[in-house]
Amino acid sequence: MPLETVSAVTAETPAAPSSRTEARERAARNRRLTVYAARAAVLVAFLGLWEVCARTEVIDPFNFSQPSRIWDQIWQWITHGTAQGSLGEQIGYTLYEALSGWVIGVVGGVLLGIALGRIRFLADVFGPYIKVLNAIPRIVLAPIFLIWFGLGPASKVASAVVLVFFPVFFNAFQGAREVDRNLVANARILGADNRRVTLQVVIPAATTWIFTSLHVSFGFALIGAIVGEYIGATKGLGLLVAAAQGTFNSAGVYAAMTILAVVALLTEGLLTFAEKKLFRWKPADSGDGR
Amino acid sequence: MTTAPAIELTGATKRFRTPSGALHTAVRDLDLTVAQGEFVAVVGPTGCGKSTTLTLVSGLEEPTEGEVRVYGEPVRGIDPKVGFVFQQDAVFPWRTVLSNVMAGPRFRGVPAAEARERARDWLGRVGLAAFEDRYPHQLSGGMRKRVALAQTFVNDPTILLMDEPFSALDVQTRALMSDQLLELWAGTGSSVVFVTHDLDEAIALADRVVVMTAGPATVKEVFTVDLPRPRTVEAVRLEPRFVELYREIWASLGEEVRITRERGAGRAA
Repeated sequence: MPLETVSAVTAETPAAPSSRTEARERAARNRRLTVYAARAAVLVAFLGLWEVCARTEVIDPFNFSQPSRIWDQIWQWITHGTAQGSLGEQIGYTLYEALSGWVIGVVGGVLLGIALGRIRFLADVFGPYIKVLNAIPRIVLAPIFLIWFGLGPASKVASAVVLVFFPVFFNAFQGAREVDRNLVANARILGADNRRVTLQVVIPAATTWIFTSLHVSFGFALIGAIVGEYIGATKGLGLLVAAAQGTFNSAGVYAAMTILAVVALLTEGLLTFAEKKLFRWKPADSGDGR
Repeated sequence: MTTAPAIELTGATKRFRTPSGALHTAVRDLDLTVAQGEFVAVVGPTGCGKSTTLTLVSGLEEPTEGEVRVYGEPVRGIDPKVGFVFQQDAVFPWRTVLSNVMAGPRFRGVPAAEARERARDWLGRVGLAAFEDRYPHQLSGGMRKRVALAQTFVNDPTILLMDEPFSALDVQTRALMSDQLLELWAGTGSSVVFVTHDLDEAIALADRVVVMTAGPATVKEVFTVDLPRPRTVEAVRLEPRFVELYREIWASLGEEVRITRERGAGRAA
């Protein structure tokens, strides 16, 4: 009898964990599906409620529009173009302005941030001025840029640059300041000169800080471009919003907003992808902590 | 090379200005000589200024008073003959293991191919040849320390400064690392200053043990460890002479530890 029990146990042990891991996997898969389903349900419920309320005139469809009209508007823009030209062209303009402003702002912010973070003298001299500039609500500069640079893309790029520069600058500055002293000491002992310490220790160590600001700052670049266009432009999504508002077309305002949101999400996704590629050296769990 | 001692500190004093503006003396009037090829362990109470002594020798910091000489030459900035193993992890987390070990030669202008060859050689000697593509966060604490050792040894330092390098490791790993260090060191003929708070480790490794006073640090007593080499850490610990030395040195060190502890209690009260 004892022999039998022993053989039964040995026969079962290898099978038991695999069936248990399977069950666990299945549970995890089910949970994921439930989450996705619940998300979709929330969206459907929200849009459905909005549509129903608008149709039954519980809310005024003239002010609040309704999902079906917004969709019609988007579809019309896609198929027939907008009053300002094709929809793709408007998106292209806005993206071009936001991206150029973002790139200029990021490059300037990173270079200056690291320079001031590394060179104490510069930080002491320029510190107060940068604080003063940062205290100005920068969105009010958009009308000034419009006067300086005209209705074209240049004025929008400028407003995007001033919005992007500061958060990137402060993060790069902080990152350069807070580099682990041991790493710098180690690099110097190993034979690195100042230039190498900056390029091969300070900049890689500061990239984590810089990247956190890149996410936020791309949103700022879009805001800069849109506000600039809204105030005065010949092309762009911000102009679509302004034009729709001018003709009391609330569906147009919402449609432009929807398109903006999609554009912002897509670029955000691209950034996250780039970040994953760049930060292979980081432990995986710290990435999930956000 | 010259016949001058590898390291010579005469009347070295180091004061820091603390963030609150007060002057803090870390090292006071320190005299210490390390002969070429000698292994010296420095023990002392926690926070007494042992590490500061190393930063003075390395050239990372300058003494406020007194003089520090390396091979008879006054220290001006970082000397390429010096290697430094830090207490905390100081390997570059964004570089692979191989690239970390290559860093020193590359910083010193060695061509990439040659640097890679030398790095691979040292990775082999510390037993990490199979891990050259890993990033530091994928390694255990002991393995990271071995990367740090390879990173230091690849530069062929004739003066090796070690600041409690194994204090973050568990006891078994520490013994293994100590043996490995003795093995690596044996072939090089370099002089070592090894700072530790672990008296066992100090006696097992060193030719001489220097006992520091409670801060500000200065040399209290120097003991010669007359245990035969080659040693293995676990075996040498069991020898009667080891125990004798331990008792002798602890009598001196224990007093300073007590002073430090009482001061800490006084500050807390």
